[in-house]
Order: sequence, then C-alpha cells, then structure tokens
Amino acid sequence: MSPGVSGDVGGDVGGDLSPGRNGNVGGDLGRDMGGDVSGDVGPGATAAGAALLAKAPAGDDGYRPSERRLAHEAYRRARARRSALIATASTLATALALYLLIVNSPGWEVTRRTFFSLDYARQALPEVLKGLRLNLELMLGCGVLILVFGLLLAVLRTLRGPVFLPVRLLATAYVDFFLGLPMIICLLVMITGVPALRLTGVTTDPLLLGGVALVLTYSAYVSEVFRSGIESVHPSQRAAARSLGLTNAQAMRYVVLPQAVRRVVPPLLNNLVSLQKDTGLVSIGGAIDAVYAAKIIAARSFNFTPYLLAGLVFIVLTIPLTRFADWLTARMNRRQFQGGAV
Amino acid sequence: MTQAGVPKTEVLRLESVRKTFGGQVVLRDVGLAVPEHSVTALIGASGSGKSTLMRCVNLLEGIDDGAIFLDGEEITDPRADEDAVRRRIGVVFQSYNLFPHMTVLENITLAPRRVHGVARAEAEARALELLDRLGLAAKAAEYPDRLSGGQQQRVAIVRALATGPRLLLLDEITAALDPVLVGEVLSVVRDLKEQGMTMVISTHEMGFAREVADQVCFLDGGVVLEQGPPEQVFGDPREERTRRFLSRVVASGRLQG
Repeated sequence: MSPGVSGDVGGDVGGDLSPGRNGNVGGDLGRDMGGDVSGDVGPGATAAGAALLAKAPAGDDGYRPSERRLAHEAYRRARARRSALIATASTLATALALYLLIVNSPGWEVTRRTFFSLDYARQALPEVLKGLRLNLELMLGCGVLILVFGLLLAVLRTLRGPVFLPVRLLATAYVDFFLGLPMIICLLVMITGVPALRLTGVTTDPLLLGGVALVLTYSAYVSEVFRSGIESVHPSQRAAARSLGLTNAQAMRYVVLPQAVRRVVPPLLNNLVSLQKDTGLVSIGGAIDAVYAAKIIAARSFNFTPYLLAGLVFIVLTIPLTRFADWLTARMNRRQFQGGAV
Repeated sequence: MTQAGVPKTEVLRLESVRKTFGGQVVLRDVGLAVPEHSVTALIGASGSGKSTLMRCVNLLEGIDDGAIFLDGEEITDPRADEDAVRRRIGVVFQSYNLFPHMTVLENITLAPRRVHGVARAEAEARALELLDRLGLAAKAAEYPDRLSGGQQQRVAIVRALATGPRLLLLDEITAALDPVLVGEVLSVVRDLKEQGMTMVISTHEMGFAREVADQVCFLDGGVVLEQGPPEQVFGDPREERTRRFLSRVVASGRLQG
C-alpha cells in the first residue's frame, strides 16, 4: 500500500479503518489527513500521529510533536553540546596548566623520585593493603557501635519530664566531655592508662582499647549530628503524631526519627570517612595499619612513595562511599518530593 | 470582561500546551488567553491539571510541547530568562509556603530587596502599607508558624504582591482554610480585582469563581473543555461533562444551584 493510494481513497472513507489509513501508517508521516478521516477521535489523532508514537516520549492519544517543540529541543541539544565542549576544554586547560607548573618546578626530579617511585609503590602495596585490613575492620566494627551509641545518646537528651533529668544531665555531660577531649589524648589514656590499672578480666590489647577510644569520642560527635536532625523535624510533626494517640516514644520512633535520620545521612557519612582516617591513630599503640605500614617502609628506604600510596588507597575507599550517600539522598528526594524545573 | 470592539492587551496566552509526567498525560492540549485586568478562574476535578498548569506558567515545570506567552513574549523558549519571567509573576500556593525562619516582614521584603534592589526602608514601608490594607500590620514582626491559616495565606498574598507583579497566580489558595478564613482571603482577592490586578485563579469555590471571574475555564481530560463568562459556564454549560461536574459540586454544597 503506498501513500499515493491513501491519497486517492482518503476522501471517501469517513472514519473507519480504511486501506488508505493503513497504507499511511509508517508511510508519508508529513501528510495531513485531518480532512479525510472526518470521523476521527479528536485533534491530532491521525494515523500519521499514531505512527509517530514510537518516537514520542509519552502518551497514547495520538500526539505528535510540533515544529516548535522540535526546534526547542534542537536548540537545547545544541546548547548542551556547547556546554560540554566548554567544560571539556576548560578542564583540559586547567589540567595542562597544573601539569606544566609541577613538571617545570626546579625540584620536580627529586620530588618525583621520592614521592612517585613506581618501584617502591609496588614494594609497599602488599604491606599497605595488609594494614588497610585493620583500618577497615576497625571502621566497620566501631562504626556500628558508634551509630548505636550516638543515636542512643541523642534520644536520651530529648527525653522529657523531671524523672529523666539525671539521664539528660549524664548524656549531656558525656557529650560535652568527649566533644572537647582531643582524640589522641583519649587514645593515649585508653591504651596506656587502662593496662596500668592491672584490672583482672580487662583486656590490654591496644587494638581493642584503641577501638573503645574511637567509639567513646565518635559517639559524642555522632550524637550531636543525630540531635540536630531530630531538632530539624518540625514540631507540628510531633504534634500530629501525639494527636493520633502515639506516646512520646512512639512519636519519636515512627515519625521523628525516620525523618531525622534521613536528613543526617550525608553528615553521618562525613563522620564515617573521618573515622576511617582516624582508625590509623590506633597505631600509636603498636598496631600496624595502612599508614603505619607505609611509615615502616618509608623509614627503611628514605622514600615517601608508600605514604602517597596509603593516601591514594584511602581516597579510593572514600569515593564510592560518598557517591553512594549522594545516590541515596537523591533517591529519597525523588520519591518524597514533587521535583520540578527549579 | 472583554467588550466587543475594545481589544484588550493579552497578559498571558497558552497555545497547545502539553505536559506529561512519566507516561501520564496531564495537560494534553491547553489553550488559554488572559486579557489585562481580568480574572480567569480554572475549575475542574482534583487531578485535572489546574495546579500543573499554574506551575507551568511560572516555569516551575517545563512543558513538553506548545508555548506560553507573557505579554507577547514566549517564556517557554529555552532562550528566555526564567528568573526575569518569574520576577513578573506573583504566585500564591495552596500551602502558603512562607519561609518559617523569617518574620512576616522579612518574608515580604525578601524579593523586593534581594531581587529588585529596593532599599530596606522603602521595601518595609511598602510591605507595611500592604499588610495594613489586609489588616495584618500588627503581625509584621511575628513568625509565620504563629499565625492562623487565613493570616498566613494573606501574608503569602502580600508577599506575592510586594514586587508589583504583572500577573498573579492563585493556586487553590483557600483549599486549606475553614469557611470563615476563606471569607477573609477571598475578600482580599476581590479587592485586588477592583484594583485591576490580572489574575489566574484555580479554585473549588464555585460561588466565588462565579462572582469574581471574568472568564471561567473548565479543565477536563487535559484540555480546556469549556470556557466562557461565568454566567454561561455555570448557568448554561454547553458540555455534558461540565454539567456533570457542576451537579456534583452542587450536591456537595459548594455552589448554590
């Protein structure tokens, strides 16, 4: 069936499924058939329009994009291409400028040998990775405990009523104390002070004691993050929950905390990354983590490449974590809010 | 109302506007013309696209196809400056959307001061004058959460008016209010009409639409199914679907039949 045939019979066929219309589907899309198929269902619902559906983004109403839309879209595509070009060019230019600046600096040759030696990097990699295992174990183990304690502390501080005054005071005092106490001092006190007490049944393992110190300090940080999240939930939410008959604890559990926790996922991730790096401090008690392993090799060979390698390994660990948090937040926002163009 | 033979300037014009969300067609083919100093009421069932239409006009949503013109300039053109367009349009939302961390006065003077570069003293004087006219001068230093719904909505109207917009969009501004508060908000809209403000109102208050609108548009199935002066649309609807919609509204007691 050719478009020519459809043109011949079009005038006679009314609104039924004529050979002419069938012929036109997938045929001459530009031909206006509105006058021929008078019994058709509404404007734009021509056979040609239906054939375009494969290309049209949405709708089953025989919609076909207008000239204006196509022009606008072409313009947007051109603009996007231009932006991409500019972005690429400026990135390349910046990278090139940085590269030239570094490579042409007077001390580059020496720096390259001491910091970027492939040879030493290859030597150090197994040791650093072995040490990294310790960092990861500490981060995961402490991370879980910190989240639990931090949340607990934050909730304790929001308890109302005179009965809970001592609990509130204790929680507040704890947070105040450990927020202020430098991490390194807390570690030293735990790792050297606790074994000095010679208590029976209490471990002297520097790794475990170091982990405890991390948990003590970070719980205080994290509880403040949780508390800010809890307080950012509008009071009307608590009012609505209480008015449904939920108790204070239930309102907290089912209405306030879910909203609070979502809001603080990004800052919590900050804390997690920071924890990941601070796990290295446990090495002051003699445990060998990635940084300490690098230090040993660097001290032996007077080459700093292992440090750089350890740093790179940490960065490589962090990036997927932050991207994951970004993705999580974006997904939550998509599901919860209307979105729009701004 | 447009008198025959006296052509009025068109403030807003929609041509074949189409808007889809995912695969769902919300606006199929909407055409609309809003003359200067006139009030257009959009009516239609919930989900008929009234709010979407408003959001499209204010460029809070992009449209799929068609065009929207403000004072003859195509604002849906990708080359158009969206911020400049929004500066000329005032919007009042159903849920007020006042900024809770600012006082009433700060809410109102934000845009005049930061966007239009009006001096603080001048912006505040103008805000207080508007607040006074709406009987809210005493609330200038309050925070929004301490006001009643009707008061919040009136503040939102003042906020939209403070920049002297060319066009005011009111999106179901009484939907969250009780009848008494509805009255105080609607009387504000009535005053605005007296002063010649060009407005597009989406509403479920049919009695009000009938009283205040110069033209009524019934949105159904993604198109303006029926459009005309309120006496005609409410008194003698041409379309069967309009008639059915109105009879449901009458049954629910929102319009005296």
